[in-house]
Amino acid sequence: MDWFFNFPDMSRSDLREFKKTVDFAFTDFSRSYGAEIEGFFEPLLMFLVWFEKFFINTPWPLIIFGILVLAWIGSRSIPVVIGTFLSFMLIGYFGMWEDTMSTLAIILVATFLCISIGIPLGIAMARNNKIQAVIVPVLDVMQTIPSFVYLIPVVMLLGIGKVPGLIAVCIYAIPPIVRLTNLGIRLVDKDVLEAADSFGANYWQKLFGVQMPLALPTIFAGVNQTIMMALAMVVIASMIGVKGLGLPVLRAISNQYLALGLMNGLAIVVLAIIFDRVTQKFGLRMQKYRSEGKD
Amino acid sequence: MSKNDVLIQVNQLYKIFGENTNEALELVKNNMGKDELLEKCNCVLGLNNINLDINKAKIQVVMGLSGSGKSTLIRHLNRLIEPTSGEILVNNQDILSLSQKKLIQFRQNNMSMVFQKFALFPHKTVLQNVGYGLAVQNIPEKEWNEKAEKWINRVGLDGYETYFPGQLSGGMQQRVGLARALATDAEILLMDEAFSALDPLIRSEMQNILLDLQNELHKTIIFITHDLDEALKIGDRIAILRDGSMVQDSDPQEIIMHPADDYVSDFIKDINRARVIQAKSIMTRTKVKSSGATVKEDMVLEDILQIMSDAPTKPVTIEDSKGKVTGKIEMDNLIEGMKRPKSQGTNITG
Repeated sequence: MDWFFNFPDMSRSDLREFKKTVDFAFTDFSRSYGAEIEGFFEPLLMFLVWFEKFFINTPWPLIIFGILVLAWIGSRSIPVVIGTFLSFMLIGYFGMWEDTMSTLAIILVATFLCISIGIPLGIAMARNNKIQAVIVPVLDVMQTIPSFVYLIPVVMLLGIGKVPGLIAVCIYAIPPIVRLTNLGIRLVDKDVLEAADSFGANYWQKLFGVQMPLALPTIFAGVNQTIMMALAMVVIASMIGVKGLGLPVLRAISNQYLALGLMNGLAIVVLAIIFDRVTQKFGLRMQKYRSEGKD
Repeated sequence: MSKNDVLIQVNQLYKIFGENTNEALELVKNNMGKDELLEKCNCVLGLNNINLDINKAKIQVVMGLSGSGKSTLIRHLNRLIEPTSGEILVNNQDILSLSQKKLIQFRQNNMSMVFQKFALFPHKTVLQNVGYGLAVQNIPEKEWNEKAEKWINRVGLDGYETYFPGQLSGGMQQRVGLARALATDAEILLMDEAFSALDPLIRSEMQNILLDLQNELHKTIIFITHDLDEALKIGDRIAILRDGSMVQDSDPQEIIMHPADDYVSDFIKDINRARVIQAKSIMTRTKVKSSGATVKEDMVLEDILQIMSDAPTKPVTIEDSKGKVTGKIEMDNLIEGMKRPKSQGTNITG
């Protein structure tokens, strides 16, 4: 009856052997292909470094002006613009300007990457149920697996630095944009698609002329979520060498610096709120045609 | 009608929804009914051996209750739904053999469609909606703008070009739908319960617009409806579907005078016969002029009654559109004509 009370597990030596095999296999893999993979990501690294330098080296009044203009274009709302201005002035005043610029750079690059991979993926899922059946569980894993777990292979493969950080952020942040692109396209009214069919629209005309425009508000909700999740990953990414607001937070945790942690944490929150308000207002404006009266 | 007048031929068309349709098709061809098929094969019988010839430049109405397969039938004509078996010829061309590319061209050039729930593009303006059928043909924007503009004016929506569909009333939206379908200059117009979602006054107005346009354009129109009054008003021919089978396909007058079965009789039970039946359907044929007034062949009984009430004993003379005498009607004929036909059964009340 021993098996009834103690789980009949694999022997310790077997288990050790198993783990060793996996570890060695991956180490071998990263030794033999690490350089190639790193080379593959080289352009991305260069772009990221250039982008970060651009943000840090541009005089701060120009950056703030640029951000305010973008906030206005996105939101068309005076309160949002004023809020953005005050937030960035405060961030700068409390000495977090450079870190904020680094974070901004990696968030923007990560978002750009997620959009350019996520939207085509979402479109493919919406088109084909089999593709959807394959990708959905992958997204589930990406969203639920503790981020520390996938940090291990990424670091083994690429070492510590910006690119592995960026990849970690993307793994965490890409699922919403993929899911919501897929959902948005699938939710487009069947009657409207039938009408497009009846007038002889081909697949691409339907996709870009009808499905994408009608799915845009949903897709944009996905972009918004992706940005939010990327910001949430900033602290964890800083553990593997990403500069920015996450690093001081990490330092604050290990040294119990309350003020430092609070300030940098709040700066991340402020960035998140600004991104959220601007993108949400922009998303709302895209569905202008849904409103009743003519403006 | 000669064979040359037929534009669309539907031959032995079957549609079965579900899996194992080939097996189910055999059963249906061996006379298995809709309910039994659902039970045995878990398949739904959509269309059952439909044969229909549709004449050029006429309005063919297809009528039936919901679930009778009328919307399924119309979607076969432009292959929004693929048949299980059968043949559809348009201008003697088998459209079921068209490749995907040819099918798209066929839809662009030969057929357009108006939908029950309008199915306008909510993110496009009225102008862009009307021009859609042209825009997908990659016609230059300036050109399709002009054409769209023309049709917007024709359906009476000038000034609304920049509005979005959501800003228009139901009647106006369906005018956009109609203009969108007409803008491609397709010869065939499919109208799937196009006016059913509109309230009665607007519906009647839209029917008149359609008839006006038809006088001018002479399109071949397939019009789906469940409303007999609408069918009688606009149809040159009426086909009646029941559970996916064709019950009757004939001249509107013929349907009222000689309903094929109880299902059709039931359909026509509630109509105002005096207002629908025309003189030619009940007259006694003769070439001799009678003593009473003279009226045209297509005058309805209600109007004839009005005339005869002045001199009930004098039969009226009926003449055709060219003024030639073709028959006469006496008071007895009028009363007989307004009575419901026999196949209706015995429960006559009032």
